[in-house]
Amino acid sequence: MNICVCVKQVPDSWAEKKLTSTDSTLDRDAAERVVNELDEYAVEEALRLVEAHGGEVTILSMGPEQAADSIRKAISMGAHAGIHVSDPALHGSDAIATSLVLAKALEGRNFDLIMFGCESTDARMSVVPAMVAARLGLPQMTFANKVEVSGTDLTIHRVTDSGYDEVKSSLPAVVSVVEKINEPRYPSFKNIMAAKKAPMETLSLADVNVSGEVVGLGSAWSAVADFADRPAKAAGTIVTDDGTGAEKIAEFLVAQKFV
Amino acid sequence: MNEVLVLVEHTRGDIKKVSLELLAMAAHLGTPSAVVVGEGADSTVSSLGEHGAATVYVCADANMTKHVVAPVAELLAQLVSEKSPVAVLIPSSIDGKEIAGRLAIATNSGVITDAVAVAADGTATQNVFGGATIVHSKVTSGTPIITVRPNSIAPVVSNAAGTRVDVDITLSAVAKSTSVVSSVAVQKSGRPDLSEASIVVSGGRGVGGEEGFGTVIEPLADALGAAVGASRAATDAGWYPHQFQVGQTGKTVSPQLYVANGISGAIQHRAGMQTSKTVVVVNKDPEAPIFDLADFGVVGDLHSVVPALTTAINNRK
Ligand SMILES: Cc1cc2nc3c(=O)[nH]c(=O)nc-3n(C[C@H](O)[C@H](O)[C@H](O)COP(=O)(O)OP(=O)(O)OC[C@H]3O[C@@H](n4cnc5c(N)ncnc54)[C@H](O)[C@@H]3O)c2cc1C
Ligand SMILES: Nc1ncnc2c1ncn2[C@@H]1O[C@H](COP(=O)(O)O)[C@@H](O)[C@H]1O
Repeated sequence: MNICVCVKQVPDSWAEKKLTSTDSTLDRDAAERVVNELDEYAVEEALRLVEAHGGEVTILSMGPEQAADSIRKAISMGAHAGIHVSDPALHGSDAIATSLVLAKALEGRNFDLIMFGCESTDARMSVVPAMVAARLGLPQMTFANKVEVSGTDLTIHRVTDSGYDEVKSSLPAVVSVVEKINEPRYPSFKNIMAAKKAPMETLSLADVNVSGEVVGLGSAWSAVADFADRPAKAAGTIVTDDGTGAEKIAEFLVAQKFV
Repeated sequence: MNEVLVLVEHTRGDIKKVSLELLAMAAHLGTPSAVVVGEGADSTVSSLGEHGAATVYVCADANMTKHVVAPVAELLAQLVSEKSPVAVLIPSSIDGKEIAGRLAIATNSGVITDAVAVAADGTATQNVFGGATIVHSKVTSGTPIITVRPNSIAPVVSNAAGTRVDVDITLSAVAKSTSVVSSVAVQKSGRPDLSEASIVVSGGRGVGGEEGFGTVIEPLADALGAAVGASRAATDAGWYPHQFQVGQTGKTVSPQLYVANGISGAIQHRAGMQTSKTVVVVNKDPEAPIFDLADFGVVGDLHSVVPALTTAINNRK
């Protein structure tokens, strides 16, 4: 069973994020770049599946040159190969363009499963996996906290507001996973060394048959008009409990009409 | 007619508040029409009319809820091409965002997720980076598809016609390629829905265990008529079910009042609650970053402060 995991390079979620004042895109130099944490759960789940069923895991990422580091990082968890789509024309691409490029890069490769994190920690849209599934015409098996493969049958638990749905489809399919699904492994020394030599395809837009006209900031389907920092919150009242803390909160809640 | 389509979320006819909020928001953009599918859709029609829906499109096809999101996206795509609405508003839930994504692809339109306001000209307001930055943006191509967070606007009673129109659809094979075989619900608490609640009482690692949620956090929530939330430290430890996690990888909440107990305020937690209107904090560490967000905070042990607070509130009722 061959699995492709789509991994995004994002600014570290612990760091402060900013938009650039020139074109309102994410200022990627303001923070260290890391593998989107949620995608590590998808890599881990893919590795477990090939350990159980055989096959290989390939990492796919669209992003600037530096995104190659994140692909190597994901490979060093135990994956086999990488595909990097990189092109200056991609700067500022939105989810619609991203999903197009990923879908085009995946076309004809015959992966049994295409796996995603359920959200990128910078864009936080949670739409790319659904869009890729729609574009490829594959079953959308997203927000899984359990993934089971048996032959060509796939079963997941899709998280819902009230619990989960058990959902079935056949392979090939698109799967996204939530962070409760597993505990991602740390790269072993052996895998870190192997990752340095793992095969990596670097593709331009032309290589994946996408025109520069339909991606990037200029062609985005939505545009940022303006942005501003949220006004700093006025400092609140902080008291140290001397036995009357609860009473003081109650008074505050009454004054604010919550009680 | 400047029709605005609003996708309604409901549980067997019990309409989620966010759907009524979206009808109120749609009225700023044009004439609201509701779209409702699934078991119990029939019983929502009159209430949707009372909350501003001039038209209520009902699709009774059982396939709508038997497969993951794609059928609803195809239904909306059909309505978009037939009615040419000025915008489509969808609740910002897991399903809602994925429906919006598929609809954007199907209709060649732009999509904006997690808006908290939409102006008459279609400009959407989003709080990004965990609420630290406010962005205004606009869909520039196709039909604007906008997902909107709960608690962004108050529902309005407006007695619109609420004319029911039944809709048929022939679904693609792809839309039917997944099947929901069963739904498992964690036990219902009788408390308000976390993403929609106007008050949320949350507990973190400081609560100390599952028992603390039952004896300390839930009683305060019930005294305030609130939903219960939890930090990831608490859900990971198994003290409270994952569905109640607030934060980057949990629910995003924007209640009138958020009470954080024994939560340090890590950036990933703040991402899910930073836009709460009023924040009250109980934490024994005066240096905890959560105090930066507090309108009112008490440095103290939650195990004594919170039960006393519950009593003080109950005494005032
Ligand atoms: C990819 C990723 C996603 C994440 N997503 C989320 C998310 O969605 N939601 C989330 O919450 N976290 C998330 N986290 C985890 C986050 O970084 C923190 O680890 C987590 O929020 C900490 O939870 P906490 O505040 O309960 O625990 P701690 O940080 O351990 O804080 C406990 C607090 O309780 C106080 N305390 C202890 N005892 C008492 C007492 N008796 N009385 C009063 N106060 C007391 C302490 O002073 C301390 O401030 C994520 C992390 C990553 C890497
Ligand atoms: N540029 C990208 N390259 C590869 N995968 C991506 C990219 N952007 C998003 N993804 C995948 O799509 C998921 C959801 O992202 P989003 O819709 O942006 O929240 C992520 O967890 C990734 O698995």
